[in-house]
Amino acid sequence: MSDVEAAITRAHHDEWARVVAALARRFGDLDVAEEAAAEAFATAVERWPADGVPPNPGAWLTTTANHKAIDRIRRENKRDDKHKEARMLRDDTPPELLGGIDDDRLRLIFTCSHPALAMEARVALTLRMVGGLKVPEIARAFLVRETAMERRITRAKAKIKAAGVPYRVPAAEDLPARVSGVLAVLFLVFNEGYLATGPDTDPVRHDLTAEAIRLTRLIRALLPRDGEVAGLLALMLLTEARRTARVSANGELVALDEQDRGAWDAALIAEGHRLVRERLAAAAAGDAPGRYQILAAINAVHTSAPDIRDTDWSQILALYDQLVRLDPSPIIALNRAIAVAEVDGPQVALAAVDPLEQTLADYHAYHATRADLLRRLGRSLQSRAAYDRAIALAGNTAETAYLTRRRDQLR
Amino acid sequence: MRYLVSVIDDKSNPGSTDRQPAISAFNERLMAEGYWVFAGGLADTDAATVVDNRGEQAVFSDGPFVESKEYLAGVWVWEAPDLDVALKLATEASRACDRKVEVRPFNE
Repeated sequence: MSDVEAAITRAHHDEWARVVAALARRFGDLDVAEEAAAEAFATAVERWPADGVPPNPGAWLTTTANHKAIDRIRRENKRDDKHKEARMLRDDTPPELLGGIDDDRLRLIFTCSHPALAMEARVALTLRMVGGLKVPEIARAFLVRETAMERRITRAKAKIKAAGVPYRVPAAEDLPARVSGVLAVLFLVFNEGYLATGPDTDPVRHDLTAEAIRLTRLIRALLPRDGEVAGLLALMLLTEARRTARVSANGELVALDEQDRGAWDAALIAEGHRLVRERLAAAAAGDAPGRYQILAAINAVHTSAPDIRDTDWSQILALYDQLVRLDPSPIIALNRAIAVAEVDGPQVALAAVDPLEQTLADYHAYHATRADLLRRLGRSLQSRAAYDRAIALAGNTAETAYLTRRRDQLR
Repeated sequence: MRYLVSVIDDKSNPGSTDRQPAISAFNERLMAEGYWVFAGGLADTDAATVVDNRGEQAVFSDGPFVESKEYLAGVWVWEAPDLDVALKLATEASRACDRKVEVRPFNE
Protein backbone atom coordinates (compact mmCIF):
# COMPACT_ATOMS: atom_id res chain seq x y z
CA MET A 1 0.00 0.00 0.00
CA SER A 2 1.42 3.42 -0.92
CA ASP A 3 1.66 6.18 1.68
CA VAL A 4 -1.27 8.01 0.10
CA GLU A 5 -3.46 4.90 0.06
CA ALA A 6 -2.59 4.30 3.70
CA ALA A 7 -3.48 7.92 4.51
CA ILE A 8 -6.85 7.54 2.77
CA THR A 9 -7.62 4.31 4.61
CA ARG A 10 -6.65 5.92 7.90
CA ALA A 11 -8.73 9.01 7.17
CA HIS A 12 -11.70 6.79 6.33
CA HIS A 13 -11.34 4.97 9.65
CA ASP A 14 -10.80 8.11 11.71
CA GLU A 15 -12.96 10.66 9.96
CA TRP A 16 -15.92 9.00 8.22
CA ALA A 17 -18.30 9.07 11.21
CA ARG A 18 -17.20 12.59 12.15
CA VAL A 19 -17.85 13.91 8.61
CA VAL A 20 -21.25 12.20 8.30
CA ALA A 21 -22.28 13.30 11.79
CA ALA A 22 -21.32 16.95 11.26
CA LEU A 23 -23.12 17.07 7.91
CA ALA A 24 -26.22 15.39 9.30
CA ARG A 25 -26.40 18.09 11.94
CA ARG A 26 -25.76 20.96 9.55
CA PHE A 27 -28.12 19.82 6.78
CA GLY A 28 -30.61 17.87 8.85
CA ASP A 29 -30.70 14.96 6.44
CA LEU A 30 -28.96 11.59 6.64
CA ASP A 31 -29.17 11.02 2.87
CA VAL A 32 -27.43 14.26 2.08
CA ALA A 33 -24.80 13.58 4.75
CA GLU A 34 -24.05 10.05 3.57
CA GLU A 35 -23.84 10.91 -0.09
CA ALA A 36 -21.71 14.02 0.41
CA ALA A 37 -19.31 12.15 2.69
CA ALA A 38 -18.96 9.37 0.11
CA GLU A 39 -18.29 11.95 -2.63
CA ALA A 40 -15.68 13.71 -0.49
CA PHE A 41 -13.78 10.45 0.04
CA ALA A 42 -14.01 9.65 -3.68
CA THR A 43 -12.54 13.08 -4.39
CA ALA A 44 -9.71 12.37 -1.95
CA VAL A 45 -8.92 9.12 -3.79
CA GLU A 46 -8.78 11.12 -7.03
CA ARG A 47 -6.82 14.12 -5.81
CA TRP A 48 -4.50 13.13 -3.00
CA PRO A 49 -2.13 11.01 -5.13
CA ALA A 50 -1.44 14.06 -7.34
CA ASP A 51 -1.92 16.96 -4.88
CA GLY A 52 -0.48 15.23 -1.82
CA VAL A 53 -2.22 14.42 1.47
CA PRO A 54 -3.55 17.65 3.03
CA PRO A 55 -2.01 18.62 6.40
CA ASN A 56 -5.37 18.16 8.15
CA PRO A 57 -7.24 15.40 6.29
CA GLY A 58 -10.30 15.62 8.55
CA ALA A 59 -10.80 19.33 7.92
CA TRP A 60 -10.21 18.85 4.19
CA LEU A 61 -12.81 16.07 4.02
CA THR A 62 -15.40 18.03 6.03
CA THR A 63 -14.97 21.13 3.87
CA THR A 64 -15.13 19.11 0.65
CA ALA A 65 -18.20 17.21 1.86
CA ASN A 66 -19.90 20.48 2.85
CA HIS A 67 -19.41 21.81 -0.69
CA LYS A 68 -20.76 18.59 -2.19
CA ALA A 69 -23.83 18.76 0.05
CA ILE A 70 -24.53 22.40 -0.87
CA ASP A 71 -24.15 21.54 -4.57
CA ARG A 72 -26.60 18.71 -4.21
CA ILE A 73 -29.18 20.76 -2.35
CA ARG A 74 -28.92 23.53 -5.01
CA ARG A 75 -29.36 20.99 -7.79
CA GLU A 76 -32.43 19.52 -6.12
CA ASN A 77 -33.96 22.90 -5.39
CA LYS A 78 -33.61 23.84 -9.04
CA ARG A 79 -35.17 20.59 -10.15
CA ASP A 80 -38.07 20.84 -7.75
CA ASP A 81 -39.29 24.26 -6.70
CA LYS A 82 -41.50 22.77 -4.07
CA HIS A 83 -38.56 21.01 -2.46
CA LYS A 84 -38.71 21.88 1.17
CA GLU A 85 -35.48 22.54 2.92
CA ALA A 86 -34.26 19.29 4.36
CA ARG A 87 -34.91 19.32 8.05
CA MET A 88 -34.21 16.66 10.54
CA LEU A 89 -35.34 17.49 14.02
CA ARG A 90 -32.42 18.36 16.13
CA ASP A 91 -31.73 19.66 19.52
CA ASP A 92 -28.54 21.59 20.02
CA THR A 93 -28.67 21.79 23.78
CA PRO A 94 -25.61 19.96 25.05
CA PRO A 95 -26.45 16.62 26.66
CA GLU A 96 -26.47 16.50 30.43
CA LEU A 97 -24.65 13.87 32.45
CA LEU A 98 -22.00 13.27 29.82
CA GLY A 99 -19.40 15.49 31.37
CA GLY A 100 -20.00 18.10 28.73
CA ILE A 101 -19.07 15.75 25.90
CA ASP A 102 -20.90 17.02 22.87
CA ASP A 103 -19.91 15.09 19.82
CA ASP A 104 -22.09 14.86 16.74
CA ARG A 105 -21.03 11.23 16.42
CA LEU A 106 -23.04 10.41 19.55
CA ARG A 107 -26.15 11.92 17.96
CA LEU A 108 -25.49 9.83 14.87
CA ILE A 109 -25.00 6.62 16.87
CA PHE A 110 -28.20 7.09 18.87
CA THR A 111 -30.22 7.98 15.79
CA CYS A 112 -29.01 4.92 13.87
CA SER A 113 -29.89 2.56 16.72
CA HIS A 114 -33.22 4.18 17.55
CA PRO A 115 -35.70 1.71 19.10
CA ALA A 116 -38.37 2.66 16.53
CA LEU A 117 -36.26 0.92 13.86
CA ALA A 118 -36.17 -2.85 13.38
CA MET A 119 -33.03 -4.49 14.78
CA GLU A 120 -31.70 -5.50 11.35
CA ALA A 121 -32.19 -1.93 10.13
CA ARG A 122 -30.33 -0.56 13.16
CA VAL A 123 -27.40 -2.87 12.47
CA ALA A 124 -27.25 -1.98 8.78
CA LEU A 125 -27.63 1.74 9.36
CA THR A 126 -24.98 1.80 12.10
CA LEU A 127 -22.47 -0.06 9.92
CA ARG A 128 -23.16 2.29 6.99
CA MET A 129 -23.46 5.68 8.67
CA VAL A 130 -21.14 5.26 11.66
CA GLY A 131 -18.83 2.48 10.45
CA GLY A 132 -18.57 3.72 6.87
CA LEU A 133 -18.93 0.23 5.39
CA LYS A 134 -20.19 0.19 1.84
CA VAL A 135 -23.59 -1.34 1.13
CA PRO A 136 -22.16 -4.38 -0.75
CA GLU A 137 -19.88 -5.10 2.23
CA ILE A 138 -22.79 -5.01 4.68
CA ALA A 139 -24.88 -7.15 2.32
CA ARG A 140 -22.10 -9.75 2.16
CA ALA A 141 -21.66 -9.70 5.92
CA PHE A 142 -25.29 -10.62 6.48
CA LEU A 143 -25.72 -12.85 3.41
CA VAL A 144 -28.37 -10.56 1.96
CA ARG A 145 -28.62 -9.38 -1.63
CA GLU A 146 -27.18 -5.93 -2.27
CA THR A 147 -30.51 -4.58 -3.52
CA ALA A 148 -32.27 -5.87 -0.39
CA MET A 149 -29.65 -4.29 1.87
CA GLU A 150 -29.89 -1.01 -0.05
CA ARG A 151 -33.67 -1.08 0.43
CA ARG A 152 -33.31 -1.81 4.13
CA ILE A 153 -31.05 1.21 4.63
CA THR A 154 -33.18 3.48 2.44
CA ARG A 155 -36.35 2.51 4.33
CA ALA A 156 -34.69 3.15 7.67
CA LYS A 157 -33.55 6.61 6.59
CA ALA A 158 -37.02 7.37 5.22
CA LYS A 159 -38.64 6.37 8.52
CA ILE A 160 -36.24 8.55 10.48
CA LYS A 161 -37.28 11.50 8.35
CA ALA A 162 -41.02 10.82 8.12
CA ALA A 163 -41.58 9.82 11.75
CA GLY A 164 -39.48 12.60 13.24
CA VAL A 165 -36.74 10.55 14.92
CA PRO A 166 -34.67 13.29 16.56
CA TYR A 167 -30.96 13.83 15.94
CA ARG A 168 -30.14 14.01 19.58
CA VAL A 169 -28.42 12.40 22.53
CA PRO A 170 -31.28 11.02 24.67
CA ALA A 171 -32.32 12.68 27.91
CA ALA A 172 -30.47 11.54 31.03
CA GLU A 173 -33.34 9.37 32.29
CA ASP A 174 -33.54 7.50 28.96
CA LEU A 175 -29.78 7.17 28.50
CA PRO A 176 -29.17 3.75 30.12
CA ALA A 177 -31.87 2.05 28.03
CA ARG A 178 -30.72 3.77 24.83
CA VAL A 179 -27.03 2.97 25.43
CA SER A 180 -28.04 -0.62 26.01
CA GLY A 181 -29.80 -0.56 22.62
CA VAL A 182 -26.62 0.70 20.94
CA LEU A 183 -24.56 -1.99 22.66
CA ALA A 184 -27.01 -4.69 21.54
CA VAL A 185 -26.42 -3.62 17.92
CA LEU A 186 -22.65 -3.81 18.33
CA PHE A 187 -22.77 -7.13 20.19
CA LEU A 188 -24.87 -8.58 17.38
CA VAL A 189 -22.31 -7.43 14.78
CA PHE A 190 -19.51 -8.92 16.89
CA ASN A 191 -21.27 -12.25 17.38
CA GLU A 192 -22.07 -12.59 13.72
CA GLY A 193 -18.35 -12.16 13.08
CA TYR A 194 -17.29 -14.45 15.87
CA LEU A 195 -19.61 -17.31 15.07
CA ALA A 196 -20.52 -16.67 11.46
CA THR A 197 -23.43 -18.70 10.13
CA GLY A 198 -23.85 -20.20 6.68
CA PRO A 199 -22.43 -23.28 5.01
CA ASP A 200 -20.09 -21.33 2.70
CA THR A 201 -19.03 -18.70 5.19
CA ASP A 202 -15.65 -18.47 6.88
CA PRO A 203 -16.09 -19.66 10.46
CA VAL A 204 -14.74 -16.40 11.86
CA ARG A 205 -15.35 -13.11 10.08
CA HIS A 206 -12.54 -10.94 11.35
CA ASP A 207 -13.84 -7.92 9.42
CA LEU A 208 -17.02 -7.91 11.52
CA THR A 209 -15.39 -8.54 14.90
CA ALA A 210 -12.83 -5.82 14.16
CA GLU A 211 -15.52 -3.35 13.12
CA ALA A 212 -17.59 -4.08 16.23
CA ILE A 213 -14.53 -3.51 18.44
CA ARG A 214 -13.64 -0.31 16.61
CA LEU A 215 -17.13 1.13 17.07
CA THR A 216 -17.28 0.04 20.71
CA ARG A 217 -13.93 1.79 21.30
CA LEU A 218 -15.45 4.91 19.75
CA ILE A 219 -18.44 4.77 22.09
CA ARG A 220 -16.10 4.12 25.01
CA ALA A 221 -14.18 7.28 24.08
CA LEU A 222 -17.46 9.22 23.93
CA LEU A 223 -19.01 7.73 27.09
CA PRO A 224 -15.98 6.90 29.24
CA ARG A 225 -17.96 6.64 32.46
CA ASP A 226 -20.52 4.09 31.25
CA GLY A 227 -19.82 0.72 32.91
CA GLU A 228 -21.65 -1.41 30.37
CA VAL A 229 -19.73 0.17 27.48
CA ALA A 230 -16.48 -0.74 29.25
CA GLY A 231 -17.89 -4.19 29.98
CA LEU A 232 -18.84 -4.87 26.37
CA LEU A 233 -15.47 -3.65 25.11
CA ALA A 234 -13.68 -5.92 27.60
CA LEU A 235 -15.91 -8.85 26.64
CA MET A 236 -15.14 -8.34 22.95
CA LEU A 237 -11.39 -7.96 23.52
CA LEU A 238 -11.13 -11.07 25.70
CA THR A 239 -13.11 -13.06 23.13
CA GLU A 240 -11.20 -11.67 20.15
CA ALA A 241 -7.91 -12.50 21.93
CA ARG A 242 -8.69 -16.21 21.52
CA ARG A 243 -9.72 -15.93 17.87
CA THR A 244 -6.72 -17.59 16.23
CA ALA A 245 -6.63 -20.40 18.80
CA ARG A 246 -10.31 -21.10 18.30
CA VAL A 247 -10.21 -22.62 14.81
CA SER A 248 -7.66 -25.33 13.89
CA ALA A 249 -5.60 -25.43 10.69
CA ASN A 250 -8.15 -27.79 9.14
CA GLY A 251 -11.08 -25.52 9.95
CA GLU A 252 -12.39 -27.20 13.06
CA LEU A 253 -13.60 -25.34 16.13
CA VAL A 254 -11.23 -25.82 19.06
CA ALA A 255 -13.06 -25.83 22.40
CA LEU A 256 -11.69 -23.82 25.31
CA ASP A 257 -10.20 -26.90 27.02
CA GLU A 258 -8.18 -27.84 23.92
CA GLN A 259 -6.95 -24.40 22.87
CA ASP A 260 -3.26 -23.51 22.70
CA ARG A 261 -3.26 -20.73 25.28
CA GLY A 262 0.14 -19.56 24.07
CA ALA A 263 -1.58 -18.49 20.84
CA TRP A 264 -3.91 -16.10 22.67
CA ASP A 265 -3.26 -12.41 22.05
CA ALA A 266 -1.56 -11.18 25.23
CA ALA A 267 -1.99 -7.48 24.44
CA LEU A 268 -5.77 -7.79 23.94
CA ILE A 269 -6.05 -9.86 27.13
CA ALA A 270 -4.07 -7.27 29.10
CA GLU A 271 -6.33 -4.49 27.81
CA GLY A 272 -9.45 -6.53 28.59
CA HIS A 273 -8.21 -7.31 32.10
CA ARG A 274 -7.48 -3.63 32.72
CA LEU A 275 -11.08 -2.76 31.84
CA VAL A 276 -12.47 -5.55 34.02
CA ARG A 277 -10.35 -4.37 36.97
CA GLU A 278 -11.65 -0.84 36.43
CA ARG A 279 -15.23 -2.14 36.60
CA LEU A 280 -14.53 -4.36 39.62
CA ALA A 281 -13.30 -1.26 41.46
CA ALA A 282 -16.48 0.57 40.44
CA ALA A 283 -18.60 -2.37 41.61
CA ALA A 284 -16.79 -2.36 44.95
CA ALA A 285 -17.70 1.33 45.21
CA GLY A 286 -21.37 0.44 44.80
CA ASP A 287 -21.91 0.70 41.03
CA ALA A 288 -23.87 -2.51 40.32
CA PRO A 289 -22.53 -4.28 37.22
CA GLY A 290 -24.73 -5.04 34.20
CA ARG A 291 -24.68 -8.17 32.08
CA TYR A 292 -21.79 -7.20 29.79
CA GLN A 293 -19.59 -6.44 32.79
CA ILE A 294 -20.38 -9.81 34.34
CA LEU A 295 -19.78 -11.64 31.04
CA ALA A 296 -16.46 -9.79 30.74
CA ALA A 297 -15.53 -10.85 34.28
CA ILE A 298 -16.28 -14.49 33.40
CA ASN A 299 -14.02 -14.19 30.37
CA ALA A 300 -11.35 -12.56 32.53
CA VAL A 301 -11.36 -15.62 34.82
CA HIS A 302 -10.94 -17.92 31.80
CA THR A 303 -8.14 -15.85 30.30
CA SER A 304 -6.32 -15.62 33.66
CA ALA A 305 -5.76 -19.38 33.75
CA PRO A 306 -2.47 -20.43 32.11
CA ASP A 307 -3.92 -23.94 31.80
CA ILE A 308 -7.54 -25.17 31.67
CA ARG A 309 -6.85 -27.03 34.98
CA ASP A 310 -6.05 -23.70 36.64
CA THR A 311 -9.52 -22.32 35.86
CA ASP A 312 -11.30 -20.98 38.94
CA TRP A 313 -14.66 -22.61 38.19
CA SER A 314 -16.28 -21.69 41.49
CA GLN A 315 -15.55 -18.05 40.72
CA ILE A 316 -17.13 -18.51 37.27
CA LEU A 317 -20.17 -20.20 38.81
CA ALA A 318 -20.57 -17.33 41.30
CA LEU A 319 -20.51 -14.85 38.39
CA TYR A 320 -23.13 -16.89 36.50
CA ASP A 321 -25.32 -16.91 39.61
CA GLN A 322 -25.08 -13.13 39.61
CA LEU A 323 -25.88 -13.03 35.87
CA VAL A 324 -28.93 -15.30 36.23
CA ARG A 325 -30.40 -12.86 38.72
CA LEU A 326 -30.07 -10.06 36.12
CA ASP A 327 -31.04 -12.09 33.08
CA PRO A 328 -32.99 -15.29 33.79
CA SER A 329 -32.93 -16.35 30.13
CA PRO A 330 -32.55 -20.06 29.24
CA ILE A 331 -29.31 -19.40 27.31
CA ILE A 332 -27.64 -17.96 30.41
CA ALA A 333 -28.95 -20.94 32.40
CA LEU A 334 -27.39 -23.26 29.79
CA ASN A 335 -23.99 -21.57 30.04
CA ARG A 336 -24.22 -21.64 33.82
CA ALA A 337 -24.73 -25.41 33.66
CA ILE A 338 -21.32 -25.79 31.98
CA ALA A 339 -19.74 -24.22 35.07
CA VAL A 340 -21.95 -26.39 37.30
CA ALA A 341 -20.52 -29.49 35.60
CA GLU A 342 -17.01 -28.43 36.62
CA VAL A 343 -17.93 -27.58 40.21
CA ASP A 344 -20.62 -30.19 41.07
CA GLY A 345 -20.15 -32.80 38.31
CA PRO A 346 -21.97 -33.66 35.08
CA GLN A 347 -24.93 -35.34 36.80
CA VAL A 348 -25.94 -32.16 38.63
CA ALA A 349 -25.35 -30.14 35.45
CA LEU A 350 -27.53 -32.44 33.37
CA ALA A 351 -30.36 -32.02 35.86
CA ALA A 352 -30.03 -28.25 35.34
CA VAL A 353 -29.93 -28.56 31.54
CA ASP A 354 -32.82 -30.99 30.90
CA PRO A 355 -35.63 -28.58 31.94
CA LEU A 356 -34.43 -26.15 29.24
CA GLU A 357 -35.53 -28.52 26.48
CA GLN A 358 -38.87 -26.81 26.04
CA THR A 359 -37.39 -23.42 25.08
CA LEU A 360 -34.04 -24.50 23.60
CA ALA A 361 -35.04 -27.59 21.58
CA ASP A 362 -33.98 -25.87 18.34
CA TYR A 363 -30.74 -24.39 19.66
CA HIS A 364 -27.64 -26.37 18.68
CA ALA A 365 -25.69 -25.41 21.82
CA TYR A 366 -28.36 -26.97 24.02
CA HIS A 367 -27.86 -30.34 22.34
CA ALA A 368 -24.07 -29.93 22.18
CA THR A 369 -23.96 -29.25 25.94
CA ARG A 370 -26.17 -32.24 26.70
CA ALA A 371 -24.10 -34.43 24.38
CA ASP A 372 -20.93 -33.51 26.27
CA LEU A 373 -22.51 -34.10 29.70
CA LEU A 374 -23.95 -37.47 28.60
CA ARG A 375 -20.54 -38.46 27.20
CA ARG A 376 -18.89 -37.67 30.52
CA LEU A 377 -21.51 -39.80 32.28
CA GLY A 378 -20.72 -42.72 29.94
CA ARG A 379 -24.20 -42.63 28.37
CA SER A 380 -22.83 -42.98 24.83
CA LEU A 381 -26.04 -43.86 23.01
CA GLN A 382 -27.90 -40.81 24.29
CA SER A 383 -24.82 -38.69 23.79
CA ARG A 384 -24.62 -39.75 20.13
CA ALA A 385 -28.27 -38.81 19.57
CA ALA A 386 -27.66 -35.41 21.14
CA TYR A 387 -24.58 -34.84 18.94
CA ASP A 388 -26.64 -35.76 15.87
CA ARG A 389 -29.22 -33.17 16.82
CA ALA A 390 -26.55 -30.51 17.51
CA ILE A 391 -24.84 -31.18 14.15
CA ALA A 392 -28.13 -30.88 12.30
CA LEU A 393 -28.82 -27.50 13.93
CA ALA A 394 -25.33 -25.90 13.95
CA GLY A 395 -24.87 -23.26 11.25
CA ASN A 396 -21.15 -22.64 11.66
CA THR A 397 -18.82 -24.81 9.58
CA ALA A 398 -16.06 -25.07 12.21
CA GLU A 399 -18.55 -26.01 14.87
CA THR A 400 -20.11 -28.72 12.70
CA ALA A 401 -16.65 -30.21 12.10
CA TYR A 402 -15.87 -30.17 15.83
CA LEU A 403 -19.18 -31.77 16.84
CA THR A 404 -18.78 -34.45 14.16
CA ARG A 405 -15.33 -35.41 15.47
CA ARG A 406 -16.55 -35.55 19.07
CA ARG A 407 -19.47 -37.75 18.05
CA ASP A 408 -17.25 -40.07 16.06
CA GLN A 409 -14.89 -40.45 19.04
CA LEU A 410 -17.69 -41.89 21.19
CA ARG A 411 -17.25 -45.51 22.10
CA MET B 1 -45.01 17.15 14.19
CA ARG B 2 -48.47 15.66 14.23
CA TYR B 3 -49.03 12.00 15.10
CA LEU B 4 -52.02 9.71 14.83
CA VAL B 5 -52.12 7.35 17.79
CA SER B 6 -54.37 4.36 17.13
CA VAL B 7 -55.65 2.28 20.00
CA ILE B 8 -55.66 -1.39 19.04
CA ASP B 9 -57.89 -3.86 20.81
CA ASP B 10 -58.01 -7.62 20.41
CA LYS B 11 -61.37 -9.42 20.19
CA SER B 12 -60.00 -12.64 21.64
CA ASN B 13 -58.13 -10.87 24.44
CA PRO B 14 -59.79 -7.49 25.05
CA GLY B 15 -58.31 -4.84 27.33
CA SER B 16 -60.12 -4.01 30.56
CA THR B 17 -63.32 -1.90 30.45
CA ASP B 18 -62.70 0.25 33.53
CA ARG B 19 -60.08 2.53 31.97
CA GLN B 20 -62.15 5.70 31.51
CA PRO B 21 -60.92 7.51 34.65
CA ALA B 22 -57.28 6.82 33.76
CA ILE B 23 -57.81 7.91 30.14
CA SER B 24 -59.57 11.12 31.23
CA ALA B 25 -56.74 11.97 33.60
CA PHE B 26 -54.21 11.32 30.84
CA ASN B 27 -56.19 13.48 28.39
CA GLU B 28 -56.22 16.35 30.85
CA ARG B 29 -52.47 16.12 31.12
CA LEU B 30 -52.11 16.06 27.29
CA MET B 31 -54.13 19.29 27.16
CA ALA B 32 -52.26 20.95 30.00
CA GLU B 33 -48.90 20.17 28.36
CA GLY B 34 -50.00 21.24 24.90
CA TYR B 35 -49.90 17.88 23.07
CA TRP B 36 -53.63 17.31 22.72
CA VAL B 37 -55.26 17.86 19.32
CA PHE B 38 -58.06 15.34 19.29
CA ALA B 39 -59.21 12.14 20.97
CA GLY B 40 -62.12 9.78 20.52
CA GLY B 41 -63.21 6.27 21.36
CA LEU B 42 -64.97 4.30 18.62
CA ALA B 43 -68.16 2.25 18.74
CA ASP B 44 -67.94 -1.47 17.96
CA THR B 45 -66.82 -2.46 14.43
CA ASP B 46 -70.33 -3.93 13.92
CA ALA B 47 -71.58 -0.33 13.73
CA ALA B 48 -69.34 0.45 10.73
CA THR B 49 -70.55 0.92 7.16
CA VAL B 50 -68.24 0.97 4.14
CA VAL B 51 -69.19 3.21 1.23
CA ASP B 52 -67.70 2.76 -2.25
CA ASN B 53 -68.75 5.29 -4.89
CA ARG B 54 -65.87 4.81 -7.33
CA GLY B 55 -68.08 3.00 -9.85
CA GLU B 56 -71.47 3.60 -11.49
CA GLN B 57 -73.35 3.90 -8.23
CA ALA B 58 -72.62 3.97 -4.56
CA VAL B 59 -72.36 0.62 -2.81
CA PHE B 60 -72.97 0.38 0.94
CA SER B 61 -71.79 -2.59 2.87
CA ASP B 62 -72.34 -3.49 6.48
CA GLY B 63 -69.34 -3.91 8.79
CA PRO B 64 -65.68 -2.82 8.78
CA PHE B 65 -63.51 -2.79 5.61
CA VAL B 66 -61.48 -5.63 6.98
CA GLU B 67 -62.60 -8.28 9.46
CA SER B 68 -59.80 -9.02 11.86
CA LYS B 69 -59.10 -10.20 15.36
CA GLU B 70 -57.39 -6.89 16.09
CA TYR B 71 -59.26 -3.71 15.38
CA LEU B 72 -59.14 0.05 15.88
CA ALA B 73 -60.82 0.95 19.15
CA GLY B 74 -60.03 4.66 19.29
CA VAL B 75 -57.68 7.40 18.18
CA TRP B 76 -55.68 10.31 19.48
CA VAL B 77 -54.06 13.05 17.47
CA TRP B 78 -51.07 14.66 19.16
CA GLU B 79 -48.79 17.52 18.34
CA ALA B 80 -45.29 16.64 19.57
CA PRO B 81 -41.84 18.03 18.78
CA ASP B 82 -40.39 14.66 17.75
CA LEU B 83 -40.85 10.89 17.83
CA ASP B 84 -39.09 10.46 21.17
CA VAL B 85 -41.69 12.68 22.85
CA ALA B 86 -44.52 10.90 21.00
CA LEU B 87 -43.21 7.46 22.02
CA LYS B 88 -42.86 8.49 25.63
CA LEU B 89 -46.47 9.72 25.67
CA ALA B 90 -47.59 6.57 23.84
CA THR B 91 -45.92 4.44 26.52
CA GLU B 92 -48.13 6.14 29.11
CA ALA B 93 -51.17 6.02 26.81
CA SER B 94 -50.90 2.26 26.39
CA ARG B 95 -50.80 1.86 30.16
CA ALA B 96 -53.71 4.28 30.68
CA CYS B 97 -56.04 2.56 28.21
CA ASP B 98 -54.70 -0.97 28.78
CA ARG B 99 -54.29 -1.59 25.04
CA LYS B 100 -51.62 -1.55 22.36
CA VAL B 101 -51.20 1.73 20.53
CA GLU B 102 -49.67 2.51 17.13
CA VAL B 103 -47.86 5.83 16.60
CA ARG B 104 -47.89 7.06 13.02
CA PRO B 105 -46.80 10.46 11.73
CA PHE B 106 -48.99 12.56 9.47
CA ASN B 107 -47.40 13.62 6.19
CA GLU B 108 -45.94 17.06 6.74
